[in-house]
Amino acid sequence: MAEPYAESPLATYTDVLERSSVRGQLRIAEEPFLAQVTVRVDPKSPAAERVGTALGGMLPNQSGEVVLAGDLTVLWLGPDEWLVVGPEGRDRDVQERVTAALDGEHGAVVDVSANRTVLSVTGPRARDLLNKGCALDLHPRAFESNRCAQTMLARAGVILVRRDAEAPSFWLLVRSSFARYLADWLVDAAEEYRSGGGEP
Amino acid sequence: MLLIHCPWCGARDEAEFRYGGQAHVDRPPDPNAVDDREWGEYLFVRDNPRGRFSERWVHSAGCRRWFDVVRDTATNEMSAEVPSRSGRR
Ligand SMILES: [Zn+2]
Repeated sequence: MAEPYAESPLATYTDVLERSSVRGQLRIAEEPFLAQVTVRVDPKSPAAERVGTALGGMLPNQSGEVVLAGDLTVLWLGPDEWLVVGPEGRDRDVQERVTAALDGEHGAVVDVSANRTVLSVTGPRARDLLNKGCALDLHPRAFESNRCAQTMLARAGVILVRRDAEAPSFWLLVRSSFARYLADWLVDAAEEYRSGGGEP
Repeated sequence: MLLIHCPWCGARDEAEFRYGGQAHVDRPPDPNAVDDREWGEYLFVRDNPRGRFSERWVHSAGCRRWFDVVRDTATNEMSAEVPSRSGRR
């Protein structure tokens, strides 16, 4: 029997992304295989509180709010919908803990780790780069650290997460089937910084 | 491009939304109790005013929630509508 194995959507892009990075300015890389679990529950229910306790931080209830709980990142996706992102391999543990916390109450817990892959875009040029294809105001004044937004980047649906305001650092969660398109777009959009035309 | 105000996400580009047609079109509670004409009107016939029009939009590329707005069909000016469950046209 064949050994099961996993290949991330951008496995063949490691070098391409590496080459499109500009030292001190911009770094684009895939963060493959992060655990992702969708949680849906009535935000006003006791179950929602139990889920928060089980994850180690209350479920964010503001639009675009991100809560960090240990090694887990909880993204607000809707008034009754969240995405829990964690290190590779944490999906089962998260699923079990949240399911136990629901304790039979109405809700949904779904492992969606293979649905999207994560691209990290970091560096002083990150915001300029993303704004070439994204209409949102990504200035820290409007989009602070630990905020997320579901929007379109170069017409591909993405979840955009601002990880850190000081050293601009974004996560792009993109559906696996769009990942290579988006990677190609990012590489192309980063070209001007690479060829020296982009001194800040 | 219209800037549409999602009640959850705030102002976003029109491209992130899909249109859902006229709001408050209720499905007849008992389809068997209405005649073909009434059923056909429920399925196909919509108001087409010049001016204020209650309509449904979904933030399909964002939070994926449906909401109602009042749009002026002459100016495209949009204003929020308090979600109505009255179901009357
Ligand atoms: Zn929205």
